[in-house]
Amino acid sequence: MAVAGSAVLAMMILASVLAGWIAPQDPYDLAVLRLEDSFKPPGPPFLLGADSQGRDIFSAILYGLRVSLFVGLASTVLSLFMGVLAGLASGYFGRPLDTLVMRVADVQLSLPVFLIALVIMAVWGQGVLNIIVAISVANWVYYARTARGMVLAEKERDYVQAARAEGQSALSVMFTEIAPNIMAPVIVIATVRIANAILLEATLSFLGLGVPITRPSLGSLISRGYEVLFSGYWWMSVFPGVALMVLVLSINLMGDRLRDVLNPRLKR
Amino acid sequence: MSALLEVSDLRTWFRTRGGVVKAVDGVSFSIGGGEIFGLVGESGAGKSITGFSLVRLIDPPGRVESGRVLFDGRDVLAMGPRELRELRGDRVAMIFQDPQTSLNPVLGVRRQMAEALAYHGRGGGRRETERLCREALEEVRIPAPAERLRSYPHQLSGGMKQRVVIAMALLNHPALLVADEPTTALDVTIQAQVLLLMKRLCRDHGSSLLLVTHDIGVVSQMCDRVAVMYAGRIVEQGSRDQVLFDPLHPYTKGLIQCLPGLNESRARLYQIPGVMPSLLDLPQGCHFRDRCPLAGEDCRTYPEELEIDGRRVSCHRAK
Amino acid sequence: MPIYLANRVFHALLVLLAVSFIVFFIMYKAGDPVELLLPPDATQKQVEDLRAHLGLDRPFHVQYAAFLRNALGGDVGRSYIYNQSALEVVLERLPATLELASAAMILAVALGIPLGMLASLRPRSWSSRFIMFFSLAGISVPTFWTGMILILVFAVQTGLLPSSGRADVGLFGSFFTLQGLRYLILPAATLCLFQLALVLRLTRSGMMEVLLQDYIKLARAKGLPERAVLMVHALKNTLIPVITIIGIQFGELIAYTIVTETIFAWPGTGKLIIDSIQNLDRPVVLAYLMTVAVIFVGINLVVDVVYTFVDPRVRVH
Repeated sequence: MAVAGSAVLAMMILASVLAGWIAPQDPYDLAVLRLEDSFKPPGPPFLLGADSQGRDIFSAILYGLRVSLFVGLASTVLSLFMGVLAGLASGYFGRPLDTLVMRVADVQLSLPVFLIALVIMAVWGQGVLNIIVAISVANWVYYARTARGMVLAEKERDYVQAARAEGQSALSVMFTEIAPNIMAPVIVIATVRIANAILLEATLSFLGLGVPITRPSLGSLISRGYEVLFSGYWWMSVFPGVALMVLVLSINLMGDRLRDVLNPRLKR
Repeated sequence: MSALLEVSDLRTWFRTRGGVVKAVDGVSFSIGGGEIFGLVGESGAGKSITGFSLVRLIDPPGRVESGRVLFDGRDVLAMGPRELRELRGDRVAMIFQDPQTSLNPVLGVRRQMAEALAYHGRGGGRRETERLCREALEEVRIPAPAERLRSYPHQLSGGMKQRVVIAMALLNHPALLVADEPTTALDVTIQAQVLLLMKRLCRDHGSSLLLVTHDIGVVSQMCDRVAVMYAGRIVEQGSRDQVLFDPLHPYTKGLIQCLPGLNESRARLYQIPGVMPSLLDLPQGCHFRDRCPLAGEDCRTYPEELEIDGRRVSCHRAK
Repeated sequence: MPIYLANRVFHALLVLLAVSFIVFFIMYKAGDPVELLLPPDATQKQVEDLRAHLGLDRPFHVQYAAFLRNALGGDVGRSYIYNQSALEVVLERLPATLELASAAMILAVALGIPLGMLASLRPRSWSSRFIMFFSLAGISVPTFWTGMILILVFAVQTGLLPSSGRADVGLFGSFFTLQGLRYLILPAATLCLFQLALVLRLTRSGMMEVLLQDYIKLARAKGLPERAVLMVHALKNTLIPVITIIGIQFGELIAYTIVTETIFAWPGTGKLIIDSIQNLDRPVVLAYLMTVAVIFVGINLVVDVVYTFVDPRVRVH
């Protein structure tokens, strides 16, 4: 199952990267669109139908996949980076930095992730960079908390004491000694949260608070399709939705398997 | 007089991805009423699994493959689920190795003890149950038993927890107590206490005790009869005096030699050379062959069990 | 115990204060509503007058202090759009949201826990695998899409259920009338899917870990029937961590009503917040965020306290 998932995922990533070459039509090129193609149902040459402006849904999905993947990945990496950094510093240097960081984390954890990201985007406005940052800010706490916990445990270990005794600077110890040893559970969290990040972006874009309309992600495509859904033009929302679901599902399949393999507690 | 427990050719195998692990491979012994029987061997020898197999407490991928376990004349391995449930905790009770994990952390002591009674139809009414539990705790010498009943496991020390487990096991006056390394996880200072407590209680209740342990010292203090296990099989069994003071099997001899006597001074501690083979990769013939100082060509075939003097041993050299 | 409680309450208040500050700060920076409220040809004087009238020309800390003072008295400002107290605007619509959220949570727990337990007992059986696949799909689909598909199938194609709106049944009435339920069921199902899958997976993994423990083995060795082993010994240990998660997830659930209410035109606070954001109706946004923060913090507090009752190891006696 997981193997199938990874295969599908790999295919999708490849497809999105090669979108420019595979897509039958460049949906951003206004010159190519013809209004008389609008709302054409699935059938050649529009594999999955056309939208209100004659855009090929299949091509739009390929490009949209690219945006969704990019935002999901970038925000996960960024929040991982931010979170681990904060956790490392917090755990290593102790008070008062630790108290400060933990208080901030506490406050943030009392609020739902979705709401935090929503408010940030509401204030800041649409934009790819904006949403990447918004999702990262909403998510860093999870990495920070785990990293900090691990650092507190590792700090007392022999190899750390040895490194300090050798005269290594605090920063050096933090990054070269401790960091590699705490990455495992952090990666596990990342595999869970990357799917969340993609869904979060999709939801925000659906509400118009995500990526700009010039660079639509799968969520934006679904949103566009939603407006005409009940007039019978179902292919505009359903196909991007299926694509999104398959994407996240394959990530989750892989992630699940990865977590089962890495989970020490289920081994007897 | 027929024995309380008669085990014949018991085999418990684990089917793993790496192959079939024959943890218990043809074990036979018997325990009489009121007898304390020691099952001794290194870790991995299969003694704990033997203990669990007696009441079919084997989780997959393990399975009791074949054999007979006659308890009071009835074959445990052929029992239906209802009969088995009636047997467990009532006629045969178990004590596990680690008291820290034996008790459910989110249920109170009273609750856990009471259910041992309730599910076997004893202790009608709250007062009666309370009394029986309190008396059981008194028997195992737990101070302030009434308070302890109201406690939760995490509020008790390791030694106390194990006493609770023992008390719980004895609530229904079982005919057989199976104790799997009951003191290994306890502080050395209280190990002796708990062991002697168990011995006394068994004598008082007239229960038999199957004591599974790796510690020969314990066996010599506690047991009437002993069986020595190695790599899934019993290599020697007999009365305590016979096995410990006049061992016939080279492995038994080696084990006894390993014991440092407190009053001797020796230059070096004796160790049996080598390690017990992996159960996935046993040598052809006698399992002890590769480590045995007396091994010969004939050891390529597994030695038949010989009966000498009312004791049993599996070794070509034991004549 | 009282000390612990006081501690948690104090902590909660601190969090609320911090939230109020951040929220106010963001809104302050967010944009000038005055421009929106006046016709484009308004004179500069009119703009300034309105600004002064709304108190928007005072320095930040003054505005914040005033805000706090008023907030404690229950006044978070007046909606620029609805000529009403912002708090009133929010509170009027809150019951509908709570109704939807609790329906979803109840569904998620009532289905998720039993299914999770089932899936944990024979992990390799076909039914378990099916349940697990379904739960994986459940966390892979965005809420809004679930809603769309449900509407498509149940409302548009088959006409079985209404596609939007809420029955006119008064406070929390949707639970008690057939008509109310008809309108409630699709949005609640949409909202609950993700949580159901989550609860299911948590229960399953928790159960599987618990079933490996020694005390379970000893319970069986005592002769307990399997039913008792599962429901008495295993379940309690499994559910304790699940309770905390459910508490937190209820907060997320309320947040996601924003999406569900938009799709189903459910008259709650979700649609309100989206509109208010677009219209820069600052007081309403503030009122919403503060209300919702109070609810979340309250839920966390309740969960903390409940936890001490449920897990004997953390009881503060």
